[in-house]
Amino acid sequence: MSAAIAQRPEREPGYNFAYLDEGTKRMIRRAILKAIAVPGYQVPFASREMPMPYGWGTGGVQVTAAILGRSDVLKVIDQGADDTTNAVSIRRFFARTSGVATTTRTAEATIIQTRHRIPETPLSEGQVLVYQVPIPEPLRFLEPRETETRQLHALAEYGAMHVKLYEDISRHGHIATTYAYPVEVAGRYVMDPSPTPKFDNPKMDDCPALQLFGAGRERRIYAVPPYTRVRSLDFEDHPFRVQEFTQPCALCGASGHYLDEVVTDDSGGRMFICSDTDICETRVAEAAR
Amino acid sequence: MSAPLLSAHGLTKAYGSRLACAGIDLDVTEGEVLAIVGESGSGKSTLLSLLAGELAPDSGEVRYRMREGRTRALADLGAAELRRLMRTDWGFVRQDARQGLRMAVSAGGNVGERLMGMGERHYGRIRGQALDWLGRVEIEAGRVDDPPSQFSGGMRQRLQIARNLVTGPRLVLMDEPTSGLDVSVQARLLDLIRRLSAELGLAVIIVTHDLAVARLLSHRIAVMRAGRVIETGLTDRVLDDPEHAYTQLLVSSVLAA
Repeated sequence: MSAAIAQRPEREPGYNFAYLDEGTKRMIRRAILKAIAVPGYQVPFASREMPMPYGWGTGGVQVTAAILGRSDVLKVIDQGADDTTNAVSIRRFFARTSGVATTTRTAEATIIQTRHRIPETPLSEGQVLVYQVPIPEPLRFLEPRETETRQLHALAEYGAMHVKLYEDISRHGHIATTYAYPVEVAGRYVMDPSPTPKFDNPKMDDCPALQLFGAGRERRIYAVPPYTRVRSLDFEDHPFRVQEFTQPCALCGASGHYLDEVVTDDSGGRMFICSDTDICETRVAEAAR
Repeated sequence: MSAPLLSAHGLTKAYGSRLACAGIDLDVTEGEVLAIVGESGSGKSTLLSLLAGELAPDSGEVRYRMREGRTRALADLGAAELRRLMRTDWGFVRQDARQGLRMAVSAGGNVGERLMGMGERHYGRIRGQALDWLGRVEIEAGRVDDPPSQFSGGMRQRLQIARNLVTGPRLVLMDEPTSGLDVSVQARLLDLIRRLSAELGLAVIIVTHDLAVARLLSHRIAVMRAGRVIETGLTDRVLDDPEHAYTQLLVSSVLAA
């Protein structure tokens, strides 16, 4: 991966702009507007069949399709990386069906669709981060009935959420939930931030960018508007903490980034490298100059 | 005598054309144990659900004296208020522990849930309270991290009691808490319920088909048949000198041990 902004590609004939028809896009936009108006609240929407299997980001793709404009620059990441199957195929999907410019640079993108990471480069106003969400309901672990979870959200009865954290501490001595770590949005709704590592939770708080969440199979859209308070749930005597890494990135030497463990051979060799490929490559390139 | 803690007036509930409860009046005062007895299908469990506000009656109302002293009709409480009442001032011990407990969550988590629901956010204090209550219902402290799926029937019922009493409720509803347990386990559970209700001054409404349980626990008895309360009175009076022909039949049908 090196090409920064790709040439604006040619849109394939036979598709409406960004694949979905205009009626569907309007329906999704209405759900998005409602989601923004009620931060953290899961808005049901009429999720469509997409030309990819559930679990591959059908929710995120529909949200992106609904907000994509001709002048947008799209970046797609999968676990922080621009060059994995999911990221490459979704980026190419939108390049072919909409003809918008795509990029791997966080700072150049106006829309970033992500599967389970928030870029290390701080986001700015005017950017939109679109999350792919497998299970939008944070209370599902304790309450399998949808009627009941809706009631619990309506009455802001979130005691059960702490039961999950309690179980963690009693079993492991600390809060062992490391991803999909529940957050309270704008002092009201408890939300599942999709399976991002909890390392990224602090980035959601007071973020200048708009954050949209799409769950295709579960047919829910929710949102965190810019500059909204996002607080990770915790106990007074077991406060929220992010993962810490003992060593810097093996490629770019950065510390304070989320690292992936990569097994390099069959004899136990391993290295830790940035999960965000864009910032890692940028730093490596700068060091080489 | 002080005003009743909970009173029901003319409670009626029908399932289609079949009356489950017909015009039932009941009072429970603080610290009083009321047993509702009757055979299967007499409407006992429906009555309990009506009293708990889980079912809406077709007519009649349930009034409850709130902690701050005001008596209010349950039907006038909003959903949020009713639920708060149920998890702070009331307890409900179910016949089937699987309905009253979270089977996949540890015993400590089960007991602590109500505290967390009330806004307690200190792990150490929650765990301390959970351990304290497990001790009071005679569950070893070493089992605090085991889920109730690994507990015996009697232990599950005791855990349910701890889970309900941790917030210091004033009224506990019990639906056949001892059925399905063997006799010695039953005796131990009854002993525990009797001790706790006396110690804490709990008002208890206990539904049972077992007259021996009613005799051991309750101060007063209401006998139900076909959706109506046919006789009420002090427990020993009703059991030793029943007035209604059906109560006489019920009492005489118990095998003497």
